[in-house]
Amino acid sequence: MKLHHLLMAKPWIWSFAATITVWIVTVLFTGGASSFGLSQAALTFAAFSVVVGIGQMFVITLGPGNIDLSVPATMTLSGTLALKLMDVQDGMIVVGLLASIGIGLIIGIGNYVLIKALRIPPIIATLSMSFIVQSVAIWSNRGLRIKPPETLADFATSSLFGIPNVALVALILSIAAWVLLEKSIYGRWISAIGQSTFAARMAGIPVDGTRLVTYMLCAVLASVCGYLLASFSGGAALNMGSEYLLMSIAVVVIGGTAVAGGNSNIPGIWGASLFMFLVVSMLNTYGFGAGFRLILTGLIIIAVILLAGGRQSLR
Amino acid sequence: MKLSSGTIRLIIPAASLVLLLAAVFYMQPRAMSYTGLNLLFNLAVPIALATIAQMLIMSVNDLDLSMGTFVSFCACVSATFLQSSPALGILIFLGAIAAYALIGVVIYVRDLPSIVVTLGMSFVWGGLAVLILPSPGGTAPTWARWLMTAKPPLVPMAIVASILIAAVTHCIVMRSSFGVLMRGVGGNDRSVERAGWSVLGLRAATYALAGFFAVLAGIALVGLTTSADANIALRYTLLSIAGVILGGGQFVGGKVSPIGAVIGALTLTLAGSFLSFMRISPDWQIGAQGAILIVVLALRLALNRLEKREKSQ
Repeated sequence: MKLHHLLMAKPWIWSFAATITVWIVTVLFTGGASSFGLSQAALTFAAFSVVVGIGQMFVITLGPGNIDLSVPATMTLSGTLALKLMDVQDGMIVVGLLASIGIGLIIGIGNYVLIKALRIPPIIATLSMSFIVQSVAIWSNRGLRIKPPETLADFATSSLFGIPNVALVALILSIAAWVLLEKSIYGRWISAIGQSTFAARMAGIPVDGTRLVTYMLCAVLASVCGYLLASFSGGAALNMGSEYLLMSIAVVVIGGTAVAGGNSNIPGIWGASLFMFLVVSMLNTYGFGAGFRLILTGLIIIAVILLAGGRQSLR
Repeated sequence: MKLSSGTIRLIIPAASLVLLLAAVFYMQPRAMSYTGLNLLFNLAVPIALATIAQMLIMSVNDLDLSMGTFVSFCACVSATFLQSSPALGILIFLGAIAAYALIGVVIYVRDLPSIVVTLGMSFVWGGLAVLILPSPGGTAPTWARWLMTAKPPLVPMAIVASILIAAVTHCIVMRSSFGVLMRGVGGNDRSVERAGWSVLGLRAATYALAGFFAVLAGIALVGLTTSADANIALRYTLLSIAGVILGGGQFVGGKVSPIGAVIGALTLTLAGSFLSFMRISPDWQIGAQGAILIVVLALRLALNRLEKREKSQ
């Protein structure tokens, strides 16, 4: 009974258990040869999902219907414009980062203006916004592939004590997000809004301000992720964000955050991000074709939800 | 004459469609003909069917994020199995519809978030589509091709089909007792259960019906394009959700409108043609589509205010 209680209290344990299982299965198959390389690759690619996942988690915590579909477009625009601005000069790295944060802030404000002023459901508001953002990215990119500054590219692709730098950045951001969520008044506010917006408003919580800040935070994390991803992969591409739309939602939910809002979970995002990457690489090592890989990925997502599910949900 | 609130909710989608159509005719008067209209609305038929499917799911407060991959999967089956061995093709479709019913049951029994389950299913359908057609190809069944390219007198096929879809689904959703119960589940499933109905059965039936309309969307799409591809309809997930919302439907509460959903789908299709007539640079086409979506929804807000004012009087 005690174990059962522990599992219920810490839903993120599921995603870590699944991750470790998949890791062991993959390493066993390759005879232990790949354990270091696999772990490094998993940490690197999970880091990007973690950064966008945290932003999406804050938004989902706000309650039913809150979701940000503009994440991929934001990543693309921020990566494109930041690289264009830096123009391969090392001295411009900080300026580029600030520019991408600025882009995130503008998109976040835009999203919330649509949601609040036009009362458009967030899913449609952020979708319309993402169309516009994507257009700006296409217009500014023009098919050119600008390389990131040398120092920045080195930073994004190298590691410190065996841990990839991007994973360290994601870790720092996660700790900051955890403090924000668990220890600050803002974190209490978003959980309260997610549990009952009406009660939160009655309790005197500035609901609109909190929601605005949350959408801005999500967009800023997405644009920082775009900046890192563009530096890591040696240039921005127009479709670089596309796989992160479903990924950002999947890692949040598999990680044990309640889809109905009001209850979020940061360690779970790490577990789920590592899990999602490892599942794909496990199926790759077993030599499955693209079709089977997709089918198994889908079935595994559903299986994890079935095992960990049964909590309150948005239906 | 006093208008019901349902009719009022239909005015804005209809008005925005007419306005957009007028703008297209103004810019390209030659579109004001049988062939012109057919070309403008041709692609709307599969989108309208997918939107109806999404609307059914939304009427029980769920959301289907696998709509696009499922329609792609159905298109792949139509272009291969349904064409070469119709019996097997129909069997696969029945299996897919049963899978939809099963998803509806699982979501309800285990109290799972529909967004995540359908997200997982989108990978499954996508994988199956890739297995069936690893590269674009296949041939449309002759009857599907004939149906989609038929030229009825006076009114183009696309319009006839849209009206037919709207009328049939209106009867199912708004006029039949099943439709009332289905929307009741979206409104308050506990009271439906207390009244002695099986919510489980109703949800399974709703999902199966949605699967059926999505299958039709896949067949219609292949009838138009003559061949299929595993990624042919990925846009449909977001298009179908946007279509339902444009047509006055809501995410929760079982408030949906089949006629509105079809009009929403037509509006979205027309928005694409409108932009190409405007000679907007291709860079900005997607962005302009987003802007049109925002403008129409802003109009709806204005109308909702009007509706409320009338009610309070």
